[in-house]
Amino acid sequence: MTSETWSRFARHRQAALGLILLAVLTLSALLAPALAPYDPDVQADIVSTRYQPPSLSHPMGTDRFGRDVFSRVLYGARISLSIGLLAVLIAITVGTAIGAVAGFFGGRLDAVLMRGVDLLLSFPRLVLLVVLVALFQPSIALVTLVLGLTGWMGVSRIVRGQVLSVREMEYVTAARVLGFGRSRILLRHILPNVLTPVIVAATLGIGNTILAEAALSFLGLGVQPPTASWGNMVASGRDAMLEAWWITTFPGLAIVFTVMAFNLVGDGLRDALDPRRVA
Amino acid sequence: MSAPLLEVRELRTHFATERGEARAVDGVSFDVGEGETVALVGESGCGKSVTGLSILRLIPDPPGRLLAGSSVRLRGEELTAATEARLRQVRGGEISMVFQEPMTSLNPVITIGRQVAEAIRTHADRTPDAGERRPSAAPRQAIEWLDRVGIPDPAQRCNAYPHQLSGGMRQRAMIAMALCTRPSLLIADEPTTALDVTVQGQILRLLASLQSELGTAILLITHDLGIVAQVADRVLVMYAGHIVEEAPVERLFRAPRHPYTEGLLQAVPDLRERRRRLAEIPGTVPQATRWPSGCRFRARCPYAWERCRLPPELRADRAATEGRYRCWLAEEPARRRGRGFASWSRQGSPTGAPESQ
Repeated sequence: MTSETWSRFARHRQAALGLILLAVLTLSALLAPALAPYDPDVQADIVSTRYQPPSLSHPMGTDRFGRDVFSRVLYGARISLSIGLLAVLIAITVGTAIGAVAGFFGGRLDAVLMRGVDLLLSFPRLVLLVVLVALFQPSIALVTLVLGLTGWMGVSRIVRGQVLSVREMEYVTAARVLGFGRSRILLRHILPNVLTPVIVAATLGIGNTILAEAALSFLGLGVQPPTASWGNMVASGRDAMLEAWWITTFPGLAIVFTVMAFNLVGDGLRDALDPRRVA
Repeated sequence: MSAPLLEVRELRTHFATERGEARAVDGVSFDVGEGETVALVGESGCGKSVTGLSILRLIPDPPGRLLAGSSVRLRGEELTAATEARLRQVRGGEISMVFQEPMTSLNPVITIGRQVAEAIRTHADRTPDAGERRPSAAPRQAIEWLDRVGIPDPAQRCNAYPHQLSGGMRQRAMIAMALCTRPSLLIADEPTTALDVTVQGQILRLLASLQSELGTAILLITHDLGIVAQVADRVLVMYAGHIVEEAPVERLFRAPRHPYTEGLLQAVPDLRERRRRLAEIPGTVPQATRWPSGCRFRARCPYAWERCRLPPELRADRAATEGRYRCWLAEEPARRRGRGFASWSRQGSPTGAPESQ
């Protein structure tokens, strides 16, 4: 990122807010063992500690097993953020590879790959997710993989479009004139020039992926209890929502703020990296 | 005279377009000798650049294709029949190319030092000194080459990205990339068109000095006759996919034979004749999908007569001047008298010129 881009990004107020939120979230996820006042999974004396409203000893109250909601939200951040990051990493890797190959080689290969993408995009993502997860034993690794493998199509379209335009640039001809091989031209000369929109798409994608993970976990198909994830925490608290609002509200807010933070940063990046934008 | 470095024979490059087959290069033959500078001149759209790219087989196929019968020989080796692997050795190794727009011909996300080093590494087998062929030597050699093409402070500048350099500096970096492999032929496609006139002179002098040092032949593609007069040994004039005149540079400027060449030269301002109104060649280059029958310059030619409905061949004229040209005037020189662009354009319209179709 050039210094000019960076200063444009820093002056983008919403993006800066998003970045601060993300920093706080990441730090609390990393430092969860130090910050959490209680073990997130330990069930103390259920009878005396369950359904306690927020107080000084339990800042976000306790759930129906007497577990500290604050500690669970902190540990849930680790799960949600790492699933989001890893799944998006898978998605941009697959998407970039397929999009680049389609755009660079063109012709029939391009047509076949892109119709495949169209086909996959025609399924609602959640339905696809539910079907895929239901086929196997739910686990964190499976959820990550499935989220990654259902999220790459948009990236591949973006990359294909970019490669189509970059491969007509004169410096690509210049690279061919110098006798460079096709794979080198694609990997070293074209791909670095198409990564900007991929970075933006990835940032925005993390938010969506976290949301999808929460939805899956809420449906009981994602991260399995007792491991804390924001989605299954909301699910576990929904029976007692009227009596113990804190069990669903705090993990819910965590989801909202995280997704919002990623979207703000993504928007900010898009604006900062847009070459047409006058500073 | 020994065999020429490059022999191009009956080169035909056509493109499939929506309006039919575009015959961009339509039977072009010429030679380039070792160390020689040959200029290929003509208006936009006459097939100059396509000729350059066709030599290196860099025409995108489809829509373009080299027709059977086209022949491009480098020191006797037929390039139209070469394998892709062999072509990759030739490209950037034996034949390099420099483009018009130095901003877009350099990769914006790679430093110029690394771009030059990559070219050196790719064609390391061409480095004369065996000890210098190690890949680890490439970055240092890249700095040496940047120095050689006159980039100040090359050890620092090699870390610069193209957008941090001026147009002239970028073109110097392009030249370093093209010449660092010591090619025997450099195809320079409008190398100075995008540059300031002062920088143009510097780049041309740089090319000339590197040429004499390395013994590289240059095929200079340009529409700027001033540049041609400065650097070329021999000139090929292209019009509508054909070479219409071929001559040593001195003769071409002193006594252009083809009416098109004549028109081009009269369109250049001359500082000694202050009051002469510049002649122009009326009309534009016809579409490559529909070249006129007969002589393709007929509709724009002040001399055209009945015979021009038949296509002329490239030939020497009766007066046996040096070079060859593609015009019936070679056989009927008397028809030159009393006609020409100057008198013709004053009349406002090309009266008497036959229709193009």
